[in-house]
Amino acid sequence: MNEFMFFINNVLIAGSVSGSIYAIGAVGVTLVFSIMRFAHFAHADMMTFGAFMVLALTTAFPAAGASLGMPTAVVMLPIAMALTALLAVGIDKAFYKPLRAHGVKPIVLVIGSLGVTLMLQGVIRLFAGTGGQNLYVDDRKEIFRMVLPLEGVRVPVVITEPQLYLFILTLLSVVALHLFLNRSRLGKAMRAMSDNPELAQASGINTNTIVAVTWVIAGSLAAIAGTLLSLDVTFKPDLSFFLLLPIFAAAIVGGVGHPYGAIAGGFVVGFAETLAVFNWNILLRPYRDSFPDWLELPTNLAFVGTEYKIVVPFFILVAILIWRPTGIFKGKVI
Amino acid sequence: MNTPTASPNEIAAPRRFPLREVVLFAILLVAVLGVYALMGAAYSTRMLVEAASYAILALGLTIQWGYAGQFNAGVMGFVALGGFCAMFFSIPVNDAFWNTELPGELGRVLLYLIGAVLVVVSVSKLDRLGVPKKLRSVLTVIVAVVLYMVVISALRGVTGEIESRAGFIGGLGLPAWVGWIVGGALAGGVGYFIGHVCLGLRSDYLAIATLGIAEIIKAFLKNSDWLTRGTATVSPLPWPTPGPAELGFTLARALYLSVTALIIAVIFFLLHRAYHAPWGRMIRAIRDNEISSAAMGKDINRRRLEIFVLGCILMGIGGGVMTTFNSLFDPQGYLPLNHTFLVLVMVILGGPGNNLGTIFGAVAVYIIWIMSEPLALFLMQLAVSLGEGVFGWDFPANMESRALQARVFVIGLLITLVLRFAPKGLLPEKIKHHG
Repeated sequence: MNEFMFFINNVLIAGSVSGSIYAIGAVGVTLVFSIMRFAHFAHADMMTFGAFMVLALTTAFPAAGASLGMPTAVVMLPIAMALTALLAVGIDKAFYKPLRAHGVKPIVLVIGSLGVTLMLQGVIRLFAGTGGQNLYVDDRKEIFRMVLPLEGVRVPVVITEPQLYLFILTLLSVVALHLFLNRSRLGKAMRAMSDNPELAQASGINTNTIVAVTWVIAGSLAAIAGTLLSLDVTFKPDLSFFLLLPIFAAAIVGGVGHPYGAIAGGFVVGFAETLAVFNWNILLRPYRDSFPDWLELPTNLAFVGTEYKIVVPFFILVAILIWRPTGIFKGKVI
Repeated sequence: MNTPTASPNEIAAPRRFPLREVVLFAILLVAVLGVYALMGAAYSTRMLVEAASYAILALGLTIQWGYAGQFNAGVMGFVALGGFCAMFFSIPVNDAFWNTELPGELGRVLLYLIGAVLVVVSVSKLDRLGVPKKLRSVLTVIVAVVLYMVVISALRGVTGEIESRAGFIGGLGLPAWVGWIVGGALAGGVGYFIGHVCLGLRSDYLAIATLGIAEIIKAFLKNSDWLTRGTATVSPLPWPTPGPAELGFTLARALYLSVTALIIAVIFFLLHRAYHAPWGRMIRAIRDNEISSAAMGKDINRRRLEIFVLGCILMGIGGGVMTTFNSLFDPQGYLPLNHTFLVLVMVILGGPGNNLGTIFGAVAVYIIWIMSEPLALFLMQLAVSLGEGVFGWDFPANMESRALQARVFVIGLLITLVLRFAPKGLLPEKIKHHG
């Protein structure tokens, strides 16, 4: 049973943590894709920017959280979300809108977003330096250890405080997104525009507003994802190229332009990663005596080493592009 | 994007004097001479050799992006592959590895790998023998997972042994140019795989996949200590020309420069012929209007794959030339900024689809890039002293490493500005109009 607890810690919890982060990131990417029809490469740097805003605010007011009984970083998150949303709208106005007005191919917008990526990276590293920093400036990271009341179990299930916040915030944002897309007027207009932009415009939907709203949502979701990631580990300014691949893989697995698919895709990629780096020998250990003698299992039965984690989303991406390029839920545009 | 506005003047225009080209290259020549005067011959020749290596990369990207409209966001990966091959073929043979039984062990693992692939492929064809398709898929996955585990465990054992007893497997002791050619072929092979998966789909997917494969290649080269010594780096790499020890820095580098110039000249000539051949016309037709060229009976995906692989081959060769010149193989030295985005700026600024413009862009951007480093440091120093003196600010200690990040910002800004205001570059592609 202890081996099983180990499995829960290393696969179930770790997988849902990275799965939630990828899911929130992928929702933003997929929304931008469905409205503006291009792969937004600067999304991972928007995540970093959001986390950096939280870091700056937390450093400026380290004691703000104590009065509310929450970590300061979580208290500062709404402000960072607003700032990142503002940044996203600003970037669109300054860089993407002129290109769209020129009627360029989507791939030119992709290159433009790579330019924006570099600019954001430059700015963030100029101010934050290149090393890692902890978002818990003045608070202490609580760690909960629960020993399940089962016979012979000694290894506790370990959940940290930021992981709890992560699960709560992921759930909240998914529910909020669902309500927004299905109940509100703007959300319905967004879905109409993603289905058919010309028809949406002809029926009186202001496409400029929809574009701005999309950026606001994408920006604030990026801020949440980036902050949660940095809370769970540390804030690093140069994560972006490693985050982009799993996020895009998640969006494509779920079917591009399909927000619920992106959430599912995020968890698929997250669990695939943790399952691939998990050492399966640990689970087989209790049954070692029942194996035949000629079968000598190596001590390391992980599919890939942690240093090759990035291979997993790439493998998923290639597999889905070969066998089902529309994604598991059939996205709208391929 | 390159839809020509066919004005009647252009159609009838006779062959005019290439004023723009002459002026731009004259400015470039002045800049190069200026660098020679300021920084000395040895430094400037090194800069020119590096610029020439970048020009090979840029030519590879210009045929992908300029000729065919494919965006490769992972130039770095192909450069690293070329660099690895240049290192592997040229450095001396490691006797500590070859005189043991380890090469045999490694060969055995490779045989296992080939056997495993054959078994998996044959299991995946079981449906032809009447096995239901679902059962076949399940069987294939199970067999693939088990055999993968067997092979990877054997490989981990052997590579661990190699690392502890021989360090790494060493090189082959062949001339460097063999490595360049094999590097090009290997890069082309990886390009074929990626292109085969992505080129039939939206163009965005190619960008995502190339970005991913570049990071994977880098991770592989960085962590495979048995093959590349990983972060310990390999140096020195022998040159195909006499090295600085025999001729002195300037002359040796000048000789190397002539080798790279020869490579560029050959590539340029071949590309020029291809561009004006029916093949080049077909490629541009596909870029400009896919549907009409498909209607004319062109095999679009096949042509796209051809051109993508061709570009990747050039990047592999360029990476080999660059790494051999640096005389140091450091997997961590391959950076997306230096080896992907800088090349992108060279191409879109110089003129995508125009080979001469691309070479101009490569040399010009590289000079600016190299010269901006001391400039950025100087400006930062100025800002720090001003800030401390006038406003009493307290600056963190690692200002130098941060100052260099300003260059990242400038490259990004340049990309967006060029796309917006000069999408055809300084030397636009010349489009012939047949009246």
